[in-house]
Amino acid sequence: MTGKAHCYKRDHINTDEIIPARYLNMDREADLAQHAMEDIDPEFVKKINQGDFIIAGEDFGCGSSREHAVWALRGAGVRAVIADTFARIFYRNCVNNGFLAIECPGISQQVDSGDELEIDIEKGIIKNRTKGDQYTFQPITGFAREVIGAGGLLNYIAGKVV
Amino acid sequence: MGATITEKILAAHCGRTQVNPGELINAEIDVIMCHDVTTTPAIDMLTDRGLSRVAHPERVVVIPDHFVPNKDIKSAEMVAKIRRWAKEQGIDKFYELGRHGVCHALLPEQGYVRPGITIVCGDSHTCTHGALGAFSTGIGSTDLAATLATGKLWFKVPETILFRLNGKLGKGVYAKDVILEIIRQIGVDGALYKAMEFTGELIDELSVEARMTICNMAIEAGGKSGIINPDQKTINYVEAHTAEPFKIFKSDSDAEYCRIVEINVTDLEPLVAFPHLPSNGKPVWQVGEIPVDQAYIGSCTNGRIEDLRVAAEILKNRQVAKNTRMIVVPATTNIWKQANQEGLLDIFMAAGAAVSTPTCGACLGGHMGILAAGERCISSTNRNFIGRMGSPQSEVYLASPATVAASAVAGKIADPRNYM
Repeated sequence: MTGKAHCYKRDHINTDEIIPARYLNMDREADLAQHAMEDIDPEFVKKINQGDFIIAGEDFGCGSSREHAVWALRGAGVRAVIADTFARIFYRNCVNNGFLAIECPGISQQVDSGDELEIDIEKGIIKNRTKGDQYTFQPITGFAREVIGAGGLLNYIAGKVV
Repeated sequence: MGATITEKILAAHCGRTQVNPGELINAEIDVIMCHDVTTTPAIDMLTDRGLSRVAHPERVVVIPDHFVPNKDIKSAEMVAKIRRWAKEQGIDKFYELGRHGVCHALLPEQGYVRPGITIVCGDSHTCTHGALGAFSTGIGSTDLAATLATGKLWFKVPETILFRLNGKLGKGVYAKDVILEIIRQIGVDGALYKAMEFTGELIDELSVEARMTICNMAIEAGGKSGIINPDQKTINYVEAHTAEPFKIFKSDSDAEYCRIVEINVTDLEPLVAFPHLPSNGKPVWQVGEIPVDQAYIGSCTNGRIEDLRVAAEILKNRQVAKNTRMIVVPATTNIWKQANQEGLLDIFMAAGAAVSTPTCGACLGGHMGILAAGERCISSTNRNFIGRMGSPQSEVYLASPATVAASAVAGKIADPRNYM
């Protein structure tokens, strides 16, 4: 998969910034998407194209457990978030939705906004076509991979348990 | 080798004698708490997939709290939907307005939190309940839906960081200052994915309510859970709130910890966490001149009766400063009634503070005390992120109820020790 990078290099970008609580009286992806990242970058929704990537620093998605953060990003067109590290509940929510959260320590220091990236999920390789660089990450395996493959936890459960 | 309390509880809930950090397990969940914001999407997910029967309605406790009393039509529709769903599913533990409260304050008060059980809720501050020796953690809506459908949830068994807290708290220093100090020391991701176990002579001394304040903010250090080994105080509290039986697990003396943090609290001073991270704590006497537009006491962190008593002690026979407004939000209906009986609400209102019905409300920028651009609030809540209580151009400073009350009187951030 290929797409453009949108960098928010700060550490600890929290779910209040990804989708402010004033919009939590809604839960449809399309509605939430209009306000994705609003408090960190009011122009975000205009900048992002379907299939693009967010690049971030450490502890991305910390704070509230609101899954609305994942839905807002996905609804806005984000294909994956690639961060140095993720906060726990946000990461879980990504896996549970079959949404790609790729942990790649150091990525925030190597990629700039506008860079074109190509991601190989199987091999754990990110190619930076703009800079000609290559970064590696631990491919997602095991249970998390199965859940993502099923398209999320509920599909996984519906297929397996019930 | 021994095991931690967290490992023991998780093992007991997946039919094993032992589990190790890093293992994936599917654990039986004893209490599933649902609030207004994260439950409606879970209901839709279940319906969409034909998983519309809740596996164990008797384990579910529904407590709408974030936007109650309903702040607008959309939030009213959300609660209406949850109310209908609870009826259809035969869930009888529904806390309607008038018996309501902030869910993490109400759950232990109503006797649902017992040592040794597992608890999940679609809310990050679910870590609060580890204060009573339960494994309790925050999850998202999909996790919630899965738990409602199956009664179980997957976990990676966490490593545990042990916080050994010794010494005695000085005058004007409280559990809130202790947890702000811990987060200041280890950072907002210092316990990422980890269980935070609190022990030591300070914990022995603290009331059960104060222990809840400490466990409540484990998530602000990235923790999966906060937990405290049950003692006689725990047992007394639980037995006063429920007749249900429970099993006590405790960490072995040779349990393995990934890190041990020792803190002596004797010289700790009242702290204020500056915007925009809970880890930005500074001693209150060093903050300089910081006028405040709003002072807020409430939330699952510090909206309990002990918190209100401390604040009232400072506000008694004093006035909220002219250019400051103060809001007090008792965390549950019973706390509200108790505060009323003790005359605390009269003290607040005589001081010029507004007293609200229980709600998460302004803590998360929902309603009932939203900040305008350029405004500053000192708050007994748990997060001071950008835009947390309103405008992205507003500021939130976190502190104990005592420091909030003193600041309300001074009209600027103030040292509570000067008002005691």
